[in-house]
Amino acid sequence: MSTTHHNASGAHGGADEPHVHSHDHGHGGGAPHSTLKGYMTGFVLSVILTAIPFWIVMGDVFKSNHTATVVVLAFAFVQIFVHMVYFLHMNTSSEGGWNMLALIFTGVLVIITLSGSLWVMYHMNANMMPPSVHDMRNMP
Amino acid sequence: MHETANTTSFLFGRLSWDAIPFHEPILLWTFIAVAIGGVALLALITRLGAWGMLWRDWFTSVDHKKIGIMYIVLGVVMLLRGFSDAIMMRIQQAWAFGDSMGYLPPHHYDQIFTAHGVIMIFFVAMPLVVGLMNIVVPLQIGARDVAFPFLNNFSFWMTVAGAVLVMLSLFVGEFAKTGWLAYPPLSGIAYSPDVGVDYYAWSLQIAGVGTLLSGVNFIVTIVKMRAPGMTLMKMPIFTWTALCTNVLIVAAFPVLTAVLALLSLDRYVGTNFFTNDFGGNAMMYVNLIWIWGHPEVYILILPVFGVFSEVVSTFSGKKLFGYASMVYATVVITILSYLVWLHHFFTMGSGASVNSFFGITTMIISIPTGAKMFNWLFTMYRGRIRFEVPMLWAVGFMVTFVVGGMTGVLLAVPPADFVLHNSLFLIAHFHNVIIGGVVFGLFAGINYWFPKAMGFRLDPFWGKVSFWFWLSGYWIAFTPLYVLGLMGVTRRLSHFDDPSLQIWFQIALVGAVLILFGIMAFLVQLYVSIRDRARLRDSSGDPWNGRTLEWSTSSPAPAYNFAFTPRVHEQDAWADMKQRGHRRPTSGFLPIHMPKNTAAGIVLAGLAMACGFALIWHIWWMAGAAFVALVASAIAHTFNSDRDFHIPAEEVARVEGERTRLLAQQV
Repeated sequence: MSTTHHNASGAHGGADEPHVHSHDHGHGGGAPHSTLKGYMTGFVLSVILTAIPFWIVMGDVFKSNHTATVVVLAFAFVQIFVHMVYFLHMNTSSEGGWNMLALIFTGVLVIITLSGSLWVMYHMNANMMPPSVHDMRNMP
Repeated sequence: MHETANTTSFLFGRLSWDAIPFHEPILLWTFIAVAIGGVALLALITRLGAWGMLWRDWFTSVDHKKIGIMYIVLGVVMLLRGFSDAIMMRIQQAWAFGDSMGYLPPHHYDQIFTAHGVIMIFFVAMPLVVGLMNIVVPLQIGARDVAFPFLNNFSFWMTVAGAVLVMLSLFVGEFAKTGWLAYPPLSGIAYSPDVGVDYYAWSLQIAGVGTLLSGVNFIVTIVKMRAPGMTLMKMPIFTWTALCTNVLIVAAFPVLTAVLALLSLDRYVGTNFFTNDFGGNAMMYVNLIWIWGHPEVYILILPVFGVFSEVVSTFSGKKLFGYASMVYATVVITILSYLVWLHHFFTMGSGASVNSFFGITTMIISIPTGAKMFNWLFTMYRGRIRFEVPMLWAVGFMVTFVVGGMTGVLLAVPPADFVLHNSLFLIAHFHNVIIGGVVFGLFAGINYWFPKAMGFRLDPFWGKVSFWFWLSGYWIAFTPLYVLGLMGVTRRLSHFDDPSLQIWFQIALVGAVLILFGIMAFLVQLYVSIRDRARLRDSSGDPWNGRTLEWSTSSPAPAYNFAFTPRVHEQDAWADMKQRGHRRPTSGFLPIHMPKNTAAGIVLAGLAMACGFALIWHIWWMAGAAFVALVASAIAHTFNSDRDFHIPAEEVARVEGERTRLLAQQV
């Protein structure tokens, strides 16, 4: 992949330096440098955020499965952000803000798709004819 | 005996001589004609000794301009196939009334309408749109190639692999009989046990990989590789629409991939995502496929809006009216295209609140589209309009597309849709926007950018002939369908009982024949232009007095596009440079760093096609082997570090010197 990337920057080399790879990409406005401390923080947080849901499920901490599911999903959601910040090095200004823009756009589309599908499918199921005569008799 | 059968089924899966349609005279004769034509073409290439040239300069090329041309060749070839399907349907429907059953048995007719839809959308419109983007976008932003040149080549060959599989289904086995979106439960294994739906799913999966990767490629290209000074709000409109389209591709195509994968799991391993029993829900398939499907129509139309913006502005000799509003309209359409998908299935059983919501969002989307229409009109207002061929297509588009848009708003009203859904009114509506919008725009774009790609203009006389046949043909073919649709005739019927309807189908057939003449005139236009290329030569590089950067370099553009990367100060950078008396640099050239050609794309796509074919016919050993080879070749390619080279400064100086000489002859 890196070679392809070099081709890209080479093909783009400006009038001033068309024959050398431009060295300005990936830095200055690019992703911040990774550090051991950053990776360790991310790793420890991920382990904690995985261990707690594991304990919740194995130890039957909540009486209702429903609550347990919601709590586990909440931990998963937080973990997504841990990965993005510590492993993918995303922040509001990386890549000149394009990362953030792409993230927001993705978020909007995922919300539209998921909530829209749930809403639509719920409505359809509610309006469909029941599958059997037996079910029809038990209709509210 | 039993053992032989086992060995055969191990070696060939479901494939047997029964799969070859010897008993269908139409298919047999088509096959013989295609075989003769194919052998003649191969013989001609061999005779001309052109294989080496084709392989070195085209098939393995990573040059975005050549890949773009290959996409357009693919699109035009597939247009001929898609149109053959269309005129066969028109003949059948004009014929099969009362006692006459026409000439197509229903199971053949069903394959034809499915293939027509699939081919026209995935293998005509998409390759032509991606081809234009390939040729134009890097030139418009002052770049030397796309961000990932190898990936671009790979994307093209994956699209070809998908197209080859669809074509193969004509002669080996059969194609889906389900309609172009293959709704379950009809497309499930219980009701479509044959290979048709598998051909459908795997060809779209393979082509879809190509589409998705070229989406990624263009986003990175446009975001990262613009010439210095070209801020987002100075980008040409075509590049803006290309950016939005590729964002839509990257966001929408994974949904298609996922939903086809789920359908394939249902068919291959007996899961029950979309079946009638065991908790499956076929409506979920319809919901998901339209979450991809509606953005898809904007993937096709947005770049075409960009083409019209460039064409109208160039041939009116004016800056585009309302550039900023055009950009915002494009971005708003990009977002809104995700909020309307349910209007494709208003009648499936949602309640009033859901239907009203999606009806209203659908109507809202016509506002930015209408704004665009006014921008084009105001650009023409008080312009010095030159009615060259691309401009004719643009004006034809404006008249035709507005009607299509209005019937679209009619269909967006849920109660009206309950009457009109699945009728020929719907068919007339979407052909009105796809032919009147996408196809007209692609012809405008091909006529407009042809000199940049090939170095000579297309013959204007045959271009005009083609345009008038297409325009009149469209109206005569599809106005009757609006009428029939309002009378309640539904789509996809191969036979009718009511003789009073026949005249309308006969008129529609006349229209289809006119469109046939339009396509033939386009082919004649290509032939005449290649024959008379000396007369039509564009030695200036700027045949239309263009406004954007692609016209600042020679026609055809050199391999490196620009000897020096241009610096951009204004919108319409080239018009601005001409106005400020830009002088082309004629010395001080430096070596240029370029990507090298590679055969990896064609090899990987060939393996993917073999894998798809094996999966369709349940030839498991071959599928496994092809898949392993595919992964191994992809990994092997990553070790190839011999990927770039420098065009020496002397070579650049020679090419640029040649151009200086040509330009001097002009004056």
